[in-house]
Order: sequence, then structure tokens, then C-alpha cells
Amino acid sequence: MTPLSRPKVALIALTALTALIVWDAAASGLPDPFRFPAVIALGSGAAPTGAHCTAN
Amino acid sequence: MIARRLSPTLLGVFVAGAVALAAGPRAGLLLAIGIGFGLVLEGLRFGFAGPWRAMIAERDARGLLAQLLAIALAAAAIFPLLAANPLELSPAHAPIGVGMVLGAFVFGAAMQVVMGCGSGTLVNAGSGNLIGLIALAGFVAGAFWGTLHTEFWFGLGQLPLISAQSLGGEMGGLWLTLAALALVAVGICLRAVPGKRRPPARLILAATLLAALAVANLVVSGQTWGIVYGLGLWGAKLAQAGGADLANAGFWANPANSAHLNASILTDVTSLTNIGLILGAFLVMRGRATPGAPAQPLAWKGMALVLIAGVVLGYSSRIALGCNVGAFFSGVSSGSLHGWAWFVAAFAGSALGLKLRPFVLIRPRAQGAPA
Repeated sequence: MTPLSRPKVALIALTALTALIVWDAAASGLPDPFRFPAVIALGSGAAPTGAHCTAN
Repeated sequence: MIARRLSPTLLGVFVAGAVALAAGPRAGLLLAIGIGFGLVLEGLRFGFAGPWRAMIAERDARGLLAQLLAIALAAAAIFPLLAANPLELSPAHAPIGVGMVLGAFVFGAAMQVVMGCGSGTLVNAGSGNLIGLIALAGFVAGAFWGTLHTEFWFGLGQLPLISAQSLGGEMGGLWLTLAALALVAVGICLRAVPGKRRPPARLILAATLLAALAVANLVVSGQTWGIVYGLGLWGAKLAQAGGADLANAGFWANPANSAHLNASILTDVTSLTNIGLILGAFLVMRGRATPGAPAQPLAWKGMALVLIAGVVLGYSSRIALGCNVGAFFSGVSSGSLHGWAWFVAAFAGSALGLKLRPFVLIRPRAQGAPA
């Protein structure tokens, strides 16, 4: 069996990733542009809302 | 050569710009930081699983010392930032527990089997390594599966939350962390063979850049660099699309996690940096004169075993409260004692994983070879 070349494997990875993002955008919708968070959290005065691996 | 390097760069700028337009400038910036992680990890060949293997199997300390340097440099900036901005920035603090330590041990073993840790799996997939791509698919499934059993694993027993800050104060905690890193580095140097104790300039540069990107990640997103949460979220979204009802699943019933599940992936910090990391590794591979040899082919049985190992990698990282990035790199550099427990357990697991590797990475029989 001939191994897949690196560009082909990477293309499969990027295609799957793009499909996930596009499907998710269609299913969940995109964020409201009028409610975008501040560009940088530091100095924004807002508590972080992101989730981290240490969440339990 | 200019065209070869320019087109990947333009692609990176285009994608970060598109994400900024779709999900806001912070999202675009985080994607760009993720691309930076991918460029550094793949471009400068900085890894976690490989240097641990080198230390265990060959007593080559150079890569591991570079990791400790990166963590120390990041800690030197992250501790003061956290101390000065406790409402806007949050550390990667988590309690040490039975499930957490077991998870880290199993993760350490699995990452040697698939030859990639949390970040390494993303880098491998983005740079066109088939083993990495298969492991990533398993990782997504496993990280989600692990979220369904967190109550059981955390119920096995946990210590109260202990951090360097709680032991030594805001800045005393930094000195404690730096001293502990130095102590480990000395121990590693004593164990290493002569000539394998000094990281090359490439790894020192990579460690410095990684630390800078980790600090940028904290400043922009308000939280430390992580990987596992995003992959578990992708798995949960796919499971939900397949009909799974996660409304009553303990982890996803949590209001914060439920909100992420129902929002765009482009609003999740770890998803954005993960996407960027894969893209960054891809850009490095495409920017090279030759993309490199493909990963050695595996037999079908070997591919199935890599997929299973990927599931184990994802599952164990969830119950370990992070992988080499979220728990080890970010945990230690922001003062969490669980990062140290993770390091010890995962390193012990890596020794076991190296012994298991030949039983998983089964190569196809050469044609004409006797059965």
C-alpha cells in the first residue's frame, strides 16, 4: 500500500476542519457583531468567559 | 522560493482576517496566536512527547530542558499579570485527585504510543502525518467521552485546590515555581549523558517564542493556553448533531459549558487556538522546499489501534484536567500544583508507553515476506 503524501493527509485534515466550522456556523449561527468581546481581555474590565481544560 | 513562502503566509492572514470578520477581532487575534503556536512547534521542531522519549530512552535532556525553560519564561510574566489583574485573567488552577493522576499516567503512555501529545497531535495532523490525523479523530471522540464520566472520576477523591500562590503568596509563588523548575532541571542534567544537557539555539528560540505566545494568549483571551476543552467541545457538537441529548449530562449541563455547546465554535478560545495550530503546522509544511516523507505506513490493525490510542489520549486528558499544554505548561506556569502532579504521573506513564509502542504501530508486511 502506497502511503498518502503529507500534502494529501494535511488536505484531508483541513477539509474536515473546514467542514466542521462551516457546519457549526450553519447550525449554531455566528456571534452577534454588536456583542463581540473587547479585542483584548486585559484592560477590558470583563471577567473571562472562556472555558479551559481545567474546568470540571 | 518567495512565492512558495508567500502563499502560505497570505493564506494565514486571510483565514485570521475572515475569522475576525465573522466572530470579532479577538477571535481573529486568537486564531493568529494559534497559527503562531503551530509555526513555532512545527517550524522549530519543538515538542513534548519526543523529548520525553529521548530523556527516558537515551538520557538526552535537551528537549525536556527547553520545555522547562519555556514554562519558566512564561511563569515570569504570567504570575505578575495574574496578580495585577485577578478579575480579568484566570489561571489554570485545578485540584490534584485520584482520577486526575490516573488520567495523567494513562495520557503519558498513550502519547508515546501515538507519538504525539495534545499539541503534538494537532501539529502532526496539520503537517500531514497520517498517524497524527487518525489519533486526532480519536482524541476528539475521547475528550468528549471523558466529559460524560467526569463526576465518577472526580468523585474518587480530590485534594483541596493548592497553588504556588496559596503556598508562597503572589510573587513568592513565582519564586517557588522557578526554584522547583530549576531543581527539576538540575536533576535531569545529573541524569543525562554528557553532551546531551545543553539545548541547541533552535530550541531556546522556540521556548522563548512559545512563552511569548502563551502570555499573548492569556492577555488576549483572559485565560491560559489550552487544547483539550476545544476538542471535547467539537466531539460534543458532533454527538449532539447525531442525536445525543446532553442537556442532562453533568459536564454539559453546567451553564458555562452548555453555553459553549450552543454557541459558535469561533467563540471558544481553545477551539480557535487549536484551529490556528493545525493551520500553522500546515503552513510550515507547505512552505518547505519538500513537504517531507510521509509517515511510515501502518497495517489496518495498526491504524485501528492508533485510533483507539487516540480515544484513550482524549479520554485520559479530560479526566487529567488537561494535557501537556493545559495541565503541564499552563498549570505550572500559572502556579497550579496539579501541573506538577500531572508531570510526574505522565512522565511515569511515558516509560510504559514506550514499551507498548511496538505492539500498536504495526507496519504492513512487506510483499513477498513469509507469513
